[in-house]
Amino acid sequence: MSDLTHTSAKRGLRLPKINGSAVVMGLYLLFLLLPIYWLLIMSLKTNSEILNTFTLWPEDLTFDNYLTILTDSSWYMGYVNSMIYVVMNMVISLAVALPAAYAFSRYSFLGDKHLFFWLLTNRMAPPAVFALPFFQLYSSIGLFDTHIAVALAHALFNVPLAVWILEGFMRGVPKEIDETAYIDGYSFPRFFVQIFTPLVASGIGVTAFFLFMFSWVELLLSRTLTSVDAKPIAATMTRTVGADGIDWGVLAAAGVLTILPGALVIYFVRNYIAKGFALGRV
Amino acid sequence: MNKTVNQKAWFLILPVLLLVAFSAVIPLMTVVNYSVQDTFGRNEFFWAGLEWFEQMLASERMWNALGRQIAFTAIILAIQIPLGVFVALNMPKKGFWASFCLVLMSLPLLIPWNVVGTIWQIFGRVDIGLLGYTLNAMGIDYNYTQDFYAAWITVVMMDVWHWTSLVALLAYAGLQSIPDAYYQAAKIDQAGRWKVFRFIELPKIMGVLMIAILLRFMDSFMIYTEPFVVTGGGPGNSTTFLSIDLVKMALGQFDLGPAAAFSIMYYLVILLVSYVFYTVMTNLDKRDGH
Repeated sequence: MSDLTHTSAKRGLRLPKINGSAVVMGLYLLFLLLPIYWLLIMSLKTNSEILNTFTLWPEDLTFDNYLTILTDSSWYMGYVNSMIYVVMNMVISLAVALPAAYAFSRYSFLGDKHLFFWLLTNRMAPPAVFALPFFQLYSSIGLFDTHIAVALAHALFNVPLAVWILEGFMRGVPKEIDETAYIDGYSFPRFFVQIFTPLVASGIGVTAFFLFMFSWVELLLSRTLTSVDAKPIAATMTRTVGADGIDWGVLAAAGVLTILPGALVIYFVRNYIAKGFALGRV
Repeated sequence: MNKTVNQKAWFLILPVLLLVAFSAVIPLMTVVNYSVQDTFGRNEFFWAGLEWFEQMLASERMWNALGRQIAFTAIILAIQIPLGVFVALNMPKKGFWASFCLVLMSLPLLIPWNVVGTIWQIFGRVDIGLLGYTLNAMGIDYNYTQDFYAAWITVVMMDVWHWTSLVALLAYAGLQSIPDAYYQAAKIDQAGRWKVFRFIELPKIMGVLMIAILLRFMDSFMIYTEPFVVTGGGPGNSTTFLSIDLVKMALGQFDLGPAAAFSIMYYLVILLVSYVFYTVMTNLDKRDGH
C-alpha cells in the first residue's frame, strides 16, 4: 500500500510496480482471462482446425462464425429478445423499488422489519423451485413466450435486490434534507423526483448495474418461459448441437457476443463499481 | 439514524408488495398445493397429506443430492472468501490500474451462466480444450466427463473463476472506506502487516464480507446452469446438485408431488441458513452504529 511511489518505469517494465501485489494481481487476472482467451480464439477458427489440430493461435483466421450469427435472424433476434426483457426488468424493478426503499430507509411502520426480510427471502428462492409454477401461471394468463413474462419473473429476485441496495444508499442521505424540502413547501412527489433522486443517482446506477447483471445472466427461468418469440440468446445457443456434433466455432462466437454487452456496461460504470459499493453499505 | 413512525409509509411499499405477491406468492402456493395432493392426470387432484414429504425424507436420492450440495457450497466458500479478500488487499488503490483491474475482474460476473458453462467446457475438454489438452500432455490423467475427481475439480474451479471477483469487489469497497488515519495510527504503533489486517482491516470489512458470504451461500446453493452445461450432473450423479435434481424431477419426469415437497424443504433450508446470516449481519450493522 505504501509502495505506490515505487514505480518501476525506470527498469523498463510495463507493470505498475514490481512487488508482491502486482504479481498476485497478474496471476489472478491471468486465471480470469485464460478461459475467455480460449473462447475468443476458438470463435476465430474453422471447425476443422478446432477438431483436428491443437493451436494456440488461429492459423486459418476466419470471421465466418460471426457472419453466421449476424446474418441469421433466428440467431441475432436472441440478442434483441434478451435485451428487451432485461431493460423491461430494470424499469419495472427500479420503479417499484425506489419508493419502497425510501420508506424502509426513512420510516418505521407496522411490520417493517419482517417485511424487509420477507422481501429478501425472494432473492433466496431457487429458480428451480419456481420454474414449473411460473410456467403454469404465465401460460394460464396468456403471457407465455412474451418478454414481459420473463421481465416479471426476473423481478422475483431483482426487486428485493434493488430495494436492498437502494435502501443502503438512501440511509446515507441526511434526513435534514427531506425536512428542509418539506418546510420549503415541496410536495412529496416533487421532492422525490427533483431533489432526492439526483442525490442517490450513483446508487441508482449501481442498482441498475446489478439488475442488468442478474437478469442478463439468468437462463433457467427465461428458457422455461419462452419458446420462439421471446427466446433469449442463451437458449438459442443450444441450437449449435446438430446432427453431426456440436458446431464449436459458432458456439464460441455466440458466447463472445454475449460477453460484449456486459463488458460495455462495466466500462461505463467502472468508476462507480467501487465507489458505489462504498457509498452503499460500508 | 432515528426513524419516524409513519404508518402511511405502507403506501410506498404497496407496489412492491403487489408485484412480489403476484410473482412469488401465487407460484409458491401452487407448489404447496402440489406437495399435499396426488393426481391420476386429467387435472383431478385429491388430498395426499404429508405422504410426499415422508417419501422424500426417506429417499436416498434427495439426501445424496443435499450432501453433494453442502460439500460444494462449503468448498467454494472456503476458497472464495479468503481468496477474494486476499485479491482485494493486493488491488491497486487508485488510478488507471485500479480501473483496469476492476473492469477485468467484473467481466466473469456479467457472462450468462450457460456461457460460463460453455467456456469451461471448451477450456477443459481433453480434445479441444487448453486446460484438458495441456494436463493430458503433461501426463496427468484428467477427463471431467469420466472421472469423479476431475469433474468436481472442474466445477469448483469454474465457480471460483466465476464468483471470486464478487467477493473481491465487495471487500475492496470495504477497504477503500477505511480512513488513512487508521493506517497512520498503526504505523505509529509499529503494527505489523498481519496485525493491521487483523485489527483494522478485517473488522472494518466485516459488514460487506457478511453480504458477500450471504450472496455466495444463496447463489451456490441454487447453482444449476453452469454445472448442468459442463457435466450434465455426471459422471453418474456425482455433480447432481439440488437444483439439477429438482429440475430433472419436476420438468423432466413431471413427478409433481415429490418435486413440490422437495422444493419446499429445499427453500426452507436456504431460508433457515440465510436467516441466521441476516441476523448476524443486522447485529453487526447495529454495533457499528448505523
